[in-house]
Amino acid sequence: MSTLAAERLTVANRLDEVSLELRRGEITSLCGPNGAGKSTLLETLAGLITPDAGRVLLGTDDLAQFHSIERAKRLGYLPQSPEIAWDVPVRSLIELGRMPHGDKLAGPVDAAIAALDLGALAERRALSLSGGETARVLLARVLAGTPEWILADEPLAALDLAHQFALLRHLRRAADAGTGAGTGVVLVLHDLALAMNHADRVVVLDGGSVVADGPPHSALAADVIARVWKVATRWIGEPGRRALVTAD
Amino acid sequence: MTRAITLFALLLALALPLSLLAGRVWLDPASTPNAALILAELRLPRSLLAIVVGGGLGAAGAAMQGYLRNPLADPGLFGIAPGAALGAVVALWFGYAASPLLLPLFALIGAGGAMALLAAIAGRTGGIALFTLAGLMVASLAGALTALAISLAPNAFAMGEIVMWLNGALTDRGWREVWLAAPLVALGVALLWRAGPALDALTLGEPVARSLGIDTTRLLWLLVIGVGLTVGASVAVAGIIGFVGLIVPHLVRPFTDRRPSRLILPSALAGALLVLIADSIVRVLPLVTELRLGIALSLLGAPFFLWLLLRLRRGLL
Repeated sequence: MSTLAAERLTVANRLDEVSLELRRGEITSLCGPNGAGKSTLLETLAGLITPDAGRVLLGTDDLAQFHSIERAKRLGYLPQSPEIAWDVPVRSLIELGRMPHGDKLAGPVDAAIAALDLGALAERRALSLSGGETARVLLARVLAGTPEWILADEPLAALDLAHQFALLRHLRRAADAGTGAGTGVVLVLHDLALAMNHADRVVVLDGGSVVADGPPHSALAADVIARVWKVATRWIGEPGRRALVTAD
Repeated sequence: MTRAITLFALLLALALPLSLLAGRVWLDPASTPNAALILAELRLPRSLLAIVVGGGLGAAGAAMQGYLRNPLADPGLFGIAPGAALGAVVALWFGYAASPLLLPLFALIGAGGAMALLAAIAGRTGGIALFTLAGLMVASLAGALTALAISLAPNAFAMGEIVMWLNGALTDRGWREVWLAAPLVALGVALLWRAGPALDALTLGEPVARSLGIDTTRLLWLLVIGVGLTVGASVAVAGIIGFVGLIVPHLVRPFTDRRPSRLILPSALAGALLVLIADSIVRVLPLVTELRLGIALSLLGAPFFLWLLLRLRRGLL
């Protein structure tokens, strides 16, 4: 029950027979150049895209066979571009995370608000927030649903440095949490240094296929980056505090 | 929600007795001859019909704006009102209007036909953009066929009747229309109200709504059938009454927390209030022939809408 697996997933022109087994309790980062298929893979894992071939397994069960509510309870999904149509209260947006459970339990909602440092914003209106504040609110919406899996597309892109680190700390706590399997965290990250320093595992996609998969130091080694991103780079600093610089 | 519902229910409770007394002849229950008869057979059914029609249009507008995530959306976008109007026009063309039930029946068939056509074009995908386009096409097709019916009208009388009818009105309507429209509108509003939580989830976009377990195809059909019943029934008994679905949600929104689900019932009440007041004014105006309600609401609605656009431009909405 503690894995989320792709079995020869194929989506026309986007993914080509991608097979992976993700584990709860780990932070996995999906990396790759633009158009590599990262977002498509994430959306397919979240059950939002029906693959043309292959399947997604949640534990041992085919995700396609899940009722949408059951799937929603277990998989939390955060898209890349924030979209908020109406100027609703911030708290009501976060409460939407409880929708699959059919409740508005204050416990998880307050915990999500506290985890993302949103106490001061909870009574505000959604469209009065800055880009970074919006990103935190939308992630809090996912956390409020207490899913087994958090699948987030570029959740850090709009955040300032302090909130990036705070969020990563929080995701780490979620992954480590409890006596059970912990939360499975899958992040699409463009910033390779964040992936290098904070992920347990990095999956590199290129042209719809997995081209590297493993601990960050091997999946994001300089030769992989040279091959996939076509730039010459090297890592500096010590493990856990790496920075990527150009090779020359 | 309770604040907006209480407010508009209260205003409606105040407006109803006033509307019953208002008319070319102001009614004084103590002295007007046959006051009870006029009230029971003329004024009361007409006022109730205004409430039914306005309530349906208001709720449909609120649900459509929530579904399309656009404050400028209108129930007319689904092409259901033009479809219903086409059905009614066909009835008028063949001179069936003499039979009291045939015209509304044809209008309901027209609304159903528009819904079926929508289903055939865009039903299975559930995509909002494709669906809106399909609705626009159904609307222009129905509009073109209506124009064709007018230009090929068998005689000047039928043509005049069609043109008059297209500008909706509640003149000379009775209990029969109330009994016909009220159950359909009530069912439609109930369906739209049930769509509320899904519309709230849609605030964050279609992918997030789906990831929250919302079945978007089911939501679409809830909307189409809800709008079909409310708008179809309204057009069947009153003709085309524009702008109510567009304006009312904007009047209501400031009294709510702006969640789409919290807008639907207050919009039904406010729509009922707006049409009731407008129809009362139309009755009181000292004109030779009564101003058509549809024209009056467009005269009110278009300037209001321009004002709305100006506010929208200044970022006040």
